[in-house]
Amino acid sequence: MPGKPKVVVSKTRRTRVIERDFAFTNSDVPIAKNKSLASYRAQAWEAFKRLPIPKTTEEPWRRTDLRKLPVESFVLPAEGAYKDLAPVPKDLLKPLIADQHGGQIVFMPGGVKVELEDSISKQGVIFTDLETAQEKHPDLLSRILGEVVKPEEGKFAALAGALAHNGLLLYVPKGVQIEQPLHSVYWGPGAFAHISHILVLVDEGASITYVHESASPTEPDSSTMHVGIVEIKVEAGANLKFVELQSWGKHVWNFSHERARLGRDANLDWIFGAIGSRLTKNFSELDLAGQGSNGRMSGFYFTDGNQHLDHDTQQNHFAPNTTSDLLFKGALKGKSRSVWQGMIYVAPGAQKTDGYQANRNLILDEQARADSIPGLEILADDVRCTHGATIGNLEEEPLFYLKSRGIPQEEAERLVVEGFFDPIMQRIPFEGVRARFQSAILEKMLK
Amino acid sequence: MSELVIKNLQVSIDDNEILKGVNLTVKQGEIHALMGPNGTGKSTLAYTLMGHPHYKVTAGEVWFKEENILEMKPDERARKGIFLAFQYPVAIPGVTVANFLRTAMNARRKAQNPEDKGIPLPEFRKLLKEKMDILQMDHVFAGRYLNDGFSGGEKKRAEILQMATLEPEIAILDETDSGLDIDALRIVAEGVNTLTGPDMGVLIITHYQRLLNYIKPDFVHVMYNGLIVESGGPELALKLEDQGYDWIREKYDSVPVG
Repeated sequence: MPGKPKVVVSKTRRTRVIERDFAFTNSDVPIAKNKSLASYRAQAWEAFKRLPIPKTTEEPWRRTDLRKLPVESFVLPAEGAYKDLAPVPKDLLKPLIADQHGGQIVFMPGGVKVELEDSISKQGVIFTDLETAQEKHPDLLSRILGEVVKPEEGKFAALAGALAHNGLLLYVPKGVQIEQPLHSVYWGPGAFAHISHILVLVDEGASITYVHESASPTEPDSSTMHVGIVEIKVEAGANLKFVELQSWGKHVWNFSHERARLGRDANLDWIFGAIGSRLTKNFSELDLAGQGSNGRMSGFYFTDGNQHLDHDTQQNHFAPNTTSDLLFKGALKGKSRSVWQGMIYVAPGAQKTDGYQANRNLILDEQARADSIPGLEILADDVRCTHGATIGNLEEEPLFYLKSRGIPQEEAERLVVEGFFDPIMQRIPFEGVRARFQSAILEKMLK
Repeated sequence: MSELVIKNLQVSIDDNEILKGVNLTVKQGEIHALMGPNGTGKSTLAYTLMGHPHYKVTAGEVWFKEENILEMKPDERARKGIFLAFQYPVAIPGVTVANFLRTAMNARRKAQNPEDKGIPLPEFRKLLKEKMDILQMDHVFAGRYLNDGFSGGEKKRAEILQMATLEPEIAILDETDSGLDIDALRIVAEGVNTLTGPDMGVLIITHYQRLLNYIKPDFVHVMYNGLIVESGGPELALKLEDQGYDWIREKYDSVPVG
């Protein structure tokens, strides 16, 4: 029977249930010589195919709607694609910390450049791209790959796990203390899906500072996406300072799953800076797995226009005597929106833990909106956990006070906003990173 | 010689008429005290002169250096040479005293010369230290967040420090003596005395006479019910100390009490 009933059905909402999905195919999965990497990717691909694109009916996605994500249009960059695109701005390659970095990895669409000082590589430090790592350091890779973030955790974790064409391994051997910071840059021009996978393994008693930056020019009509995984292990007694800055172009869809696991008495100082992207959904988790471990998470965001930034943080106290301290501060202009939802979890038996989380927002325009959702889940009885969330506006009295000293309106506003961010700046022991944030504030304020 | 000339100033807040036609002239080099009971419009005058947005001018003019400053924005008035020491200074968390003052000085320099690159840091530091010494302030003060967690005395000293640094031609001190103990009062008063001179005109707004034991006014005015009702020399302040404000009330209350 020719399809009269079918026509009727297609006009109802029911047929819309057909799941949209990315156009990637199995042949997009990079071929790995290393067996464990190959099976990891295969497993991730299975998960990717199985998992649907998240909907706002799922709690973590309730405030971040992906219906406008042009899923079918994303393509992976071909080898050498960067050659026809905007080159990496020199400023981005400058060391942000100290006068010089000990090593630098620059990712571009379809290419990567790796540099590491001899003095550092001689101490056994490995700082290399994923392709080199799988050939030369398979044992180290298997200690961390998929160990901290599971591809099954979500559609985007699976996507990154399966398709990451750009990735790196940073390894610091036992007891090695590196003064010079290491720096990686993801430069992502062009209409591509940029997929990254960062693996950091700081072995027992070692210490290092590592900065990762992502950036791209704003190319309004391009379908550009970044999807990333960051897996970090800070082993017993080790120290890591990790700074992440993203200034993706205003058209970029940005997704990441990040987790750091700390061993006994390990320390992590984790700093986030976010000023770019059209939409960001970032999951960042701190797993205090070893007794006495200590993690600090400091976040800075500043949105304008139609930007939508969603940071989902989790501080997991799995062991006794652990401390966590989270402060995220954001300012919002235009019609932009931010979401922060944070959870402190204290596992049964994780006594004498101290958890803190705070999110402060400053709304600079009437149509901007910040959502702040703190949460505690405490299953131990001898703990100290506190949290706070505030959303405020620029107030008239402080501005009048500043103006009464001859400071013009715009500059008075900038001063108040800089003052608002100062507690975060105080947590950043690196002048170059502070300067980067400050120039971002200035640029956003003057728009 | 510049002067601030207030002519028939009438001001309302939320349709309540507070100032009903104030006339007053303050010249550079003169010290004027404006006294009067609480709620008669003294602070309204101070805020209006600085351009606070809540105060609505319904009539009158305020002339300073050939311009009616009522038509100017607060920051423009400040850069032209008018300063208000606030009765309740506002905290600006995250902004240090030094950063704030440098921004204010540079705003002034830039208004005079758009090419100005700002005061060099060593020069600024030297200047700020000198001014802090005048007010017997610890130099660590410069690194504290402006008025954030300051005691009452520290706030008032910080106001005078700003005045010292910005060197206005006309300074309005709004109840600078309130909330100060006698030692703090003396330090603040000495600071003001060091700064006053032929280049600065001062309008001291105060409820009490005690500040005038330290800062000698050339002229004393009494404000009552939105008008300046009495003007005279320092002897007027002494009369008010002796007799209080009751005689003012009796003399000028149009509606008898009771």
